[in-house]
Amino acid sequence: MHTQYRPGLHRYAFATAVATLLLLVAGGLVTSNDAGLSVPDWPLSYGSLFPPMVGGIVYEHSHRMIATLVGLMTIGLVVWVGRTEHRAWVRRLAYAALALVILQGVLGGLTVLFYLPRPISIAHATMAQIFFTLVAALALFTSRWWLTAAPLPATEASRQTEKFALWTALTILVQLILGAAYRHGWLGITPHLLGAGAVLVATSWTGRLVRQAAPAVAMVTRLRILLSSLVGTQILLGLGAWWAVVRNQQALQPLPEMVWLTVAHLACGALTLATATLLWLALRRVTASRAVDETGLRTAIYPSALQEGGRQ
Amino acid sequence: MKAHVLLILLSAILAFGSLGCGKKEETPTTAPETPAAGKTVDPATAGTISGIVKFTGTPPPPVRLRMDADAACARLHRGPVTVREVETGANGGLARVVVYVKEGLEGYTFPPATEAIELDQEGCMYQPRVLAVRTGQPIEIVNSDDTTHNIHPIPKVNREWNRSQPPRGEKIVDSFARQEVAIPVKCNIHPWMQAYIAVIAHPYFQVTGEAGTFELKNLPPGTYTLEAWHEKLGTTTQQVTLGPNETKTVEFVFQGS
Repeated sequence: MHTQYRPGLHRYAFATAVATLLLLVAGGLVTSNDAGLSVPDWPLSYGSLFPPMVGGIVYEHSHRMIATLVGLMTIGLVVWVGRTEHRAWVRRLAYAALALVILQGVLGGLTVLFYLPRPISIAHATMAQIFFTLVAALALFTSRWWLTAAPLPATEASRQTEKFALWTALTILVQLILGAAYRHGWLGITPHLLGAGAVLVATSWTGRLVRQAAPAVAMVTRLRILLSSLVGTQILLGLGAWWAVVRNQQALQPLPEMVWLTVAHLACGALTLATATLLWLALRRVTASRAVDETGLRTAIYPSALQEGGRQ
Repeated sequence: MKAHVLLILLSAILAFGSLGCGKKEETPTTAPETPAAGKTVDPATAGTISGIVKFTGTPPPPVRLRMDADAACARLHRGPVTVREVETGANGGLARVVVYVKEGLEGYTFPPATEAIELDQEGCMYQPRVLAVRTGQPIEIVNSDDTTHNIHPIPKVNREWNRSQPPRGEKIVDSFARQEVAIPVKCNIHPWMQAYIAVIAHPYFQVTGEAGTFELKNLPPGTYTLEAWHEKLGTTTQQVTLGPNETKTVEFVFQGS
């Protein structure tokens, strides 16, 4: 069945991704301002829906309110996708996004009730990045480009490039986990610094391979350039954030430069993961030999399904 | 029923279910560690260790606090608010140092301390900044401000808790069961608010004032390890042997940079 491009759905998915990025920034502000426990109860805030918005409560309760908005937007996305989307795998991904956002809300609540246990705080931080990437991917899957992209002939080089792009995205995910572990005091800075080196090498190499494999695909080129720019920015922000965090250790209250540098580093990290993932997906879309129609991910990622007649 | 309807129902159930299961009530404080009945102090032979804690070098300059995050706090102060983490007196005495007997009292038992010690939140600051109490001794937490505070001790060996206290709200009374020097206390609403509570299992401790002096009276004869703890400068120890009815003087020195 042919999947029709629905601009409204695509824009809605994009808006959900933007709201999720805003939520990530709000979450980062909570951690950087040491405000995670400024509201001691959950799910209500001081037993009400709207506590006095002063001091750390501003950050914590704003985070909760934006989280509620993103939860509602995700429910809306699931309903919209469920009603209009013919591709079963897109519907499944939308359900997965809903499951993730619910789990994420519960993890956030547990961090409050158990006084920020490190494993849960790290899981909450990591899950946020994965959820953002998933919603960004849904925006890609519902885009006109995804539904109409012309495939390129698959070669061994293009298959290698796809694989490398996937490994690059996974390397960035590991790096984000290491960053969260450092931020929440579970690991030192060394693993995160080594991870930065690995990400730099992986993204540089992927960029080179992508230039050779899909030089004329505008979407892939845009994502490649965006990824390189984000990684460069991220390294500078990371160095700045590290300097600010070290400086902040002697401070009696969070320093503004530490707050903004760490939050910018976090947001840039989320964008980097999402961009690397979208680059991999876009490569799959255009270079898989059997990705000839809008069935997208299923045929792109699992071409064997077509060979076996397993098309949905 | 379609899978997405099921998921939406599940999310609704989780959301409403969680509304009804807020944080469970804080469990009451566990009983303080009570050693088996042991030796008691004989006042006829008891002595005194007194002394001074000094700071040499240049103390760090006062740090200005930004209270603009809460207008109610900012209103309480006319000029800039500063904190000196290293507070020294005229004779080089170091204030806010907890001096206590760290070792040497094993086997002794002491009557429990029942008198409540107050920790006030006034001007969006903790008063006092450093407090020393006995294990199990009630701590009365008061909010004298016209704004909400949350009180969040972050102990390593005691039970952690986090409670809110409305403006001029009812006192919170709690205690700590195990010796720990010292437990940081924070208000996460006002991140500049910081206090320390030293919890000690016996009555031989004192927090120095601006003069830096201390006096530990009624100590039984013995060999003791005395520790001086400071929030910024860390700890230093000294061994003191005290004979019957003896008075010993010791001096602790913290070196500045």
